[in-house]
Amino acid sequence: MDSLWTGTIWPLAVIVFYILLIAVPLMVAMAYLTYAERKIIGAMQLRQGPMTVGPYGLLQPIADGVKLFFKETVIPTGANKIVFVMAPMVTFILALVGWAVIPFGAGIVLADINVGILYLLAISSLGVYGIIMAGWASNSRYAFLGALRSSAQMISYEIAIGLIIISVLITAGSLNLSEIVMAQDGLWYIIPHFPMFMIFMVAILAETNRHPFDLPEDESTLVTGYNVEYSSMTFALFFLGEYMNMILMSAIAVILFLGGWLPPLNIFPLTLIPGPIWFILKVCFVLFCFIWARATLPRYRYDQLMRLGWKILLPFSLLWVVLTSGFLVYFDMLPR
Amino acid sequence: MTPHLLLFYLFATVAVAAAVMVVSARNPVHSVLFLILTFFNAAALFILIGAEFLAMVLVVVYVGAVAVLFMFVVMMLNVNFVRMRQGFLQYLPVGGLIGVILLVELILVAGTWVVADTPEAIEPRPTTAGLTNTEALGNVFYTEYFYLFQAAGVILLVAIIGAIALTLRDRGNIRRQDIGEQVHRDRASAVQLRKVKSRAGI
Repeated sequence: MDSLWTGTIWPLAVIVFYILLIAVPLMVAMAYLTYAERKIIGAMQLRQGPMTVGPYGLLQPIADGVKLFFKETVIPTGANKIVFVMAPMVTFILALVGWAVIPFGAGIVLADINVGILYLLAISSLGVYGIIMAGWASNSRYAFLGALRSSAQMISYEIAIGLIIISVLITAGSLNLSEIVMAQDGLWYIIPHFPMFMIFMVAILAETNRHPFDLPEDESTLVTGYNVEYSSMTFALFFLGEYMNMILMSAIAVILFLGGWLPPLNIFPLTLIPGPIWFILKVCFVLFCFIWARATLPRYRYDQLMRLGWKILLPFSLLWVVLTSGFLVYFDMLPR
Repeated sequence: MTPHLLLFYLFATVAVAAAVMVVSARNPVHSVLFLILTFFNAAALFILIGAEFLAMVLVVVYVGAVAVLFMFVVMMLNVNFVRMRQGFLQYLPVGGLIGVILLVELILVAGTWVVADTPEAIEPRPTTAGLTNTEALGNVFYTEYFYLFQAAGVILLVAIIGAIALTLRDRGNIRRQDIGEQVHRDRASAVQLRKVKSRAGI
């Protein structure tokens, strides 16, 4: 009995504690990301953004959450009830489980697995199910069209993301996220792989269905697309999932290109700041770019989106894989 | 009973149950969803035996890509399974024959099994000492089986080209967008200023 306690239950309890330690701040971060988005876009459009709830509108996300929580959940008559309710859960859970492998600092990671980056790729490729299930189960044309658009878009851009990841992996020589970050000590991959960083930013905008690629929820043609039939908490889960995915994708961008928890330069005053702080600052920067794109760029047309994904980003990132591996082999710089 | 064994039975049971549901569910979309559940549990079983790379690839390729295509097809085609079942008896002899052959093959495979003395003997073991899964696979793929690996890639490429060649046909009325041409339009060719008389039109 003693071995069961020390061998199984206690480690399990510790893991649950760590999960809460990651998930709860993440929820708060996500809530305040919506606040930041409204404030930043407000500033860019010479407005004030939310101002009335709490000082500087700081309690606005909480008010929004409470409002959504107390609304009625409406399930359409023609809907496939089980799948309809499962879809937002799938979206939300998938947005959350990706965080298991994200290293916040040296050794500060829940699951330091060897195939971390593949795990993230697998999780992000599953994200399409929440949307496609929602679109199908709603039994509504708008929702179905939105779901189809979204899944086509996500699959297209995932291929580009996969190739970009391969370029980074060849350079780092590992699938483990912590080792990828450690391999960037001294030279962040944004410098040698700058074009890939730009493509990755474009691809994650499309992958998370954000502006200017938010065609799945194109309100002027699809009245918000796949989540049109959802209300109350089921809608809130989609909303949370989308923002959580934004933060997750930003974290991946930071790990792959911006040196994770490493300070920009290994000199005295910068090394004093602990790694997780650097990590969070960098994630905030990428998130700012997300919001910046939303405030600046008009929406793409759907055929242009597909052309960009398949005819420009995909060949270019494939070429970059060949270039990177050729360079590394020729100069004998392959990681051992 | 170790937790490891408990997890194995959990995943294995769910996998088999979901596989049964794939063929017995009335709604084809539910079938695909159960298929995904089966893939997932298979991936979990891979992880239990220490094959993490295979597990992830299974999820990325089968769940992330193949099952999505299934889902698309099933959702778009509107298959009526009740009507398909009407011809069930007609296909029973052929289907039954194939089933029996598969069963015999499975029994032949199962006959070669050796039962381990202790559960510890079949606990997960890393393939090669000191190497991760990915490295071990890569070492084999790109050395011993290099030509076969490349040949598999070429076969896939041919399959892709074949699929495109089968479906691509010029319907004659496709209007293609020429981005270069669009970008090179200037004011002189795009804008025309005219004086229009009232009630005359152009």
